[in-house]
Amino acid sequence: MQQLSYFELVGFGPNGWGWALLMATGMTIAVATCGFLAGSVVGTFVAWGKIGGNAPVRWLSDGYTTVLRGIPDLLVIYLFYFGGSAALGAIGSLFGAEGFIGVPAFVTGALAIGIVSGAYQAEVFRGAYQVVSRGELEAARSVGMHRWLMFRRIIAPQVLRYAIPGLGNTWQLVLKESALISVTGLVELLRQSQVAAGSTRRPFDFYITAAILYLVITWVSTYLFQRAETYSLRGMRRAS
Amino acid sequence: MDFAFMQEAFLRLITGIPLTLNLAFTSIAFGAVLAMLLALLRMSNVKVLDWLAQAYVFVFRGTPLLVQIFLIYYGLGQFRPTLQELGLWGFFREPYWCAVLALTLNTAAYGSEIIRGGLQAVPHHQVEAARACGMSGFLLFRRIIFPIAVRQALPAYGSEIILMVKATSLASVITMMEVTGLAAKMISQTFRAVEVFIVAGLIYLVLNFVITRIIMAIEWWLSPHLRRPPAVEPRLEAAHV
Repeated sequence: MQQLSYFELVGFGPNGWGWALLMATGMTIAVATCGFLAGSVVGTFVAWGKIGGNAPVRWLSDGYTTVLRGIPDLLVIYLFYFGGSAALGAIGSLFGAEGFIGVPAFVTGALAIGIVSGAYQAEVFRGAYQVVSRGELEAARSVGMHRWLMFRRIIAPQVLRYAIPGLGNTWQLVLKESALISVTGLVELLRQSQVAAGSTRRPFDFYITAAILYLVITWVSTYLFQRAETYSLRGMRRAS
Repeated sequence: MDFAFMQEAFLRLITGIPLTLNLAFTSIAFGAVLAMLLALLRMSNVKVLDWLAQAYVFVFRGTPLLVQIFLIYYGLGQFRPTLQELGLWGFFREPYWCAVLALTLNTAAYGSEIIRGGLQAVPHHQVEAARACGMSGFLLFRRIIFPIAVRQALPAYGSEIILMVKATSLASVITMMEVTGLAAKMISQTFRAVEVFIVAGLIYLVLNFVITRIIMAIEWWLSPHLRRPPAVEPRLEAAHV
């Protein structure tokens, strides 16, 4: 068999892996996005605990961010992958199911990313909340806004505005962390490259393609976050 | 919670600590040198060199470390005949050296930005004062710029070191049996993910805690000018005069 050229190999022709790689890129973006959004929810609650909680709640949320930022992400992924299946198996056996029940790799992946990135996002949100002017909060309270209304109208919009640069950094972390999900067998970009490299024996060509695709995603998302930042600051006076 | 099992896991996992620290510190040491070079390239005011360093940083910060590790360990295998001719195959065949290389290249990209920040934060009047005393070139760099830059960059470099300790866990994917590698093996043998996870997590937390303390101590040692002066004992004999 003659050697295929690089562009035939990763292209969209009959022997090309182009579509598979493109689908896998979509999967990477999907799992990263779901994980990031899950992390935003976790991060919001943890930040709330850090700011407004009583002593035990504050202690718990401080512990959460310290622990999750201090241990390797890969360990957390292993915990969710193996631990999730074991827990489901235990629940399943209560209802009479037998044997090994696997958790879908997408769900474990997104959850693991969410739990880890939640710790980072909590710090981002906490930092952004501290920039919101106290006077506005007092004003909101003085016109009789309740907690939820105040959160929705005053706190959330401003915290989001200040948090955009930090969220951008966290998104980059999440994107790179999503490559670790490949150890659970989810066919995202890195896993697909491994499969292709194995069946064609051209590992370098596929890993370098994966690297380029990751760079493209990073580059586009940096651009989008910059756009979002300028958009969110359009009403702000800038010190010059 | 089975404490006997956790103790067994602990005894098994601590045998991975030397390799974890070895990988982390070897790559940080090589990476710091490379980072310094990259930072100097960025500040060299030569467009081509600046552009090269920027491209390097963009590529290594924009791709996942795991992809870099695979690219070096599995990817370069595609060029095995060429590497054998060059006599480099002995290096790229070893997962240890591939992991060290990938970690070094990766940390150099992050480190160079930290060092550049430190170098740029050196107050200009200090450099001017040194020049006024007749220092220039390497002497100026060695005595004035470098020590001040290190002091400024140390806190940020400390978090980079913690990140590297965490990043060594990825070496387990290419068969290196450090703490995470041993933990993964143990989980897949016993299916007791939670216990093993708690033990492995604790080991990493303790490692990182100790490292942060050491860095804080170095920071304290490097900034005597920010500390309160020691209280001077009043000289009693002077008071009686």
